[in-house]
Amino acid sequence: MGEIRLMKGNEVLGEAAIRCGCDGYFGYPITPQSEVMETLMQRAPWNETGMVVLQAESEVASINMVYGAAGTGKKAMTSSSSPGISLMAEGISYIAGAELPCLIINVQRGGPGLGTIQPSQADYFQAVKGGGHGDYKLIVLAPASVQEMNDFVDLAFNLAFKYRNPAMILTDGALGQMMEKVELADQKPRWTDEEIKKISGDWATTGKPTSRKKNVITSLEMDSNVMEAKNRRFQEKYKLIEKQETRYELIQCDDAEYILVAFGTSARVCQKSVEIARAKGLKVGLLRPITLFPFPNAVIKELAHKAKGFLSVEMSAGQMIEDIKLAVYEAGSNARVNYFGRMGGIIPTPGEVVDALENKFYGS
Amino acid sequence: MELKDLIKPENLVYGKSRLLEEEIMHYCPGCSHGVVHKILAELIEEMGLQEKTIGIAPVGCAVFAYNYIDIDWQEAAHGRAPAVATGISRLMPDKFVFSYQGDGDLASIGTAEIMHACNRGENILVIFINNGIYGMTGGQMAPTTLEGMVTATTPTGRDVARNGYPLKITNLIAQLPGTSYVTRQAVHTAASARKCKRSIKKAIQNVLDKKGTSFVEVVSTCSSGWKMTPVASNKWMEENMIAYYPLGDLKDSVKGENVLEN
Ligand SMILES: Cc1ncc(C[n+]2csc(CCOP(=O)(O)OP(=O)(O)O)c2C)c(N)n1
Ligand code: SF4
Repeated sequence: MGEIRLMKGNEVLGEAAIRCGCDGYFGYPITPQSEVMETLMQRAPWNETGMVVLQAESEVASINMVYGAAGTGKKAMTSSSSPGISLMAEGISYIAGAELPCLIINVQRGGPGLGTIQPSQADYFQAVKGGGHGDYKLIVLAPASVQEMNDFVDLAFNLAFKYRNPAMILTDGALGQMMEKVELADQKPRWTDEEIKKISGDWATTGKPTSRKKNVITSLEMDSNVMEAKNRRFQEKYKLIEKQETRYELIQCDDAEYILVAFGTSARVCQKSVEIARAKGLKVGLLRPITLFPFPNAVIKELAHKAKGFLSVEMSAGQMIEDIKLAVYEAGSNARVNYFGRMGGIIPTPGEVVDALENKFYGS
Repeated sequence: MELKDLIKPENLVYGKSRLLEEEIMHYCPGCSHGVVHKILAELIEEMGLQEKTIGIAPVGCAVFAYNYIDIDWQEAAHGRAPAVATGISRLMPDKFVFSYQGDGDLASIGTAEIMHACNRGENILVIFINNGIYGMTGGQMAPTTLEGMVTATTPTGRDVARNGYPLKITNLIAQLPGTSYVTRQAVHTAASARKCKRSIKKAIQNVLDKKGTSFVEVVSTCSSGWKMTPVASNKWMEENMIAYYPLGDLKDSVKGENVLEN
């Protein structure tokens, strides 16, 4: 068993980064995630593991530092909250275009604009549909507990390196600020130069020895035919990720007539809503997507043949519902798809969700 | 004596650097970029740095620098080369990392990144090609465009009331304690190119000695953007650009010393 502690989600993100052998963190303060960098600075991992932690001059700089650092074949990451992630959009697109592995954490707050500092899930589209310019996808993980905040740091790096693709942890201010019991992983050493050479020697820019050709990291291609071929290869990669890496959790869905679909903080709320609904005799289950890209289409298609309807519960104006509708449509099912959510930094209550469920599906 | 008897290694007086690739450069005739590439390739070879070097190519005409010098390269977003160089250099402190940037890249869109990288004293070399114009996008005004200079976006000449003043960013950079060696050079004559090479060599040595940021501005020509022949460009540059951006060292110190000169 690993070390057990009571910690804030944001602190755990920093601690997990050190313990998974991350090489470099670059970030800029923004509420509600500033504790990530504060924890790292307090822990001073450069003394222990050699991990570099640097406060950048902006999120634009942070993501480009991550781009450079990731180019060395090492584990690089940044964290921010919604407005900062918007600033990073160009850099994230470059990282995806150059196929570099890295970790980006978005501890979301309400928007648009400067919005609120309270929790939100309104960056769903930005995270799963691309966010920056061009046809690309991030691997998006949505933790629903402080424990998952811990576990997904290592998982995100593993997936990022497996597919040479940026990965994102999409969480929110509630999970970032919430304290829970967490079992921390044991300290892993950072990769040695030899290990990096084995993992990424054919692409990382570490200085060209005479034994290999120069490595060039770029997203630029002047020949449209070559660029299109590259785009096609990217799409194949994203399909493979969909096939191999879709993760979700099903709670009481076996006999469910109606299914709540929710991730992260909303999923925590919906767990309680399922209990309340069940106590009322309503056959309700919960599908919790753990990966948002890849989205668990296949399981929704399956459920769409058994269930009468889905309720997408979101802390946004109804973004994920579009993906649910698409899956239900593709399944050729008549299941109804509805939305309930709160915005602006407000977390729905379990009771509100049950009310919405009853109103929308059970009639009054 | 036959020609083949003459072509022998011992008779060699000048050779192309082994690190300059057999690629046809896309630069226009009379462009300074190619000369600066040549100097960099020669120095990286002469100083035995190929295995240690990572270059950052900018967005601008030098975006394809990575096609011409046989070293590892990373291509940065417009203006962000100093941040990219920071990421690389922080994680591999024993490597030689340089960014290569134009005036739009460094002094306009990337002003924040260059100021802060220099202010942190990142252990990198910055090559700053100041040709007073946006070459790649077809000759629009740059922050360094001279007063009255005609460009695609200042068709009647740069009007300082509307567009502000030509930015001497190198002078600002020289004031930052993080920089150790800040100089302004040119490559339009054989003599100036040789001098520029000596400066870049010194700048590289400073980076190897971990003295902080070394910054070399090269006042350059853009014959296409300026709509002049290569010969006329050189002349115009000497009479106008160098008059406003005088050549010479702006700072030569050790990291941490704040030398306010020029
Ligand atoms: C974010 C962004 N904005 C604008 C551009 C378009 N752009 C490409 S190069 C360039 C200017 C380059 O000028 P400079 O840095 O002076 O280099 P030169 O081409 O003169 O060598 C611009 C504006 C871009 N590629 N990316
Ligand atoms: S447009 Fe100007 S900067 Fe670009 S290659 Fe031609 S001369 Fe050089």
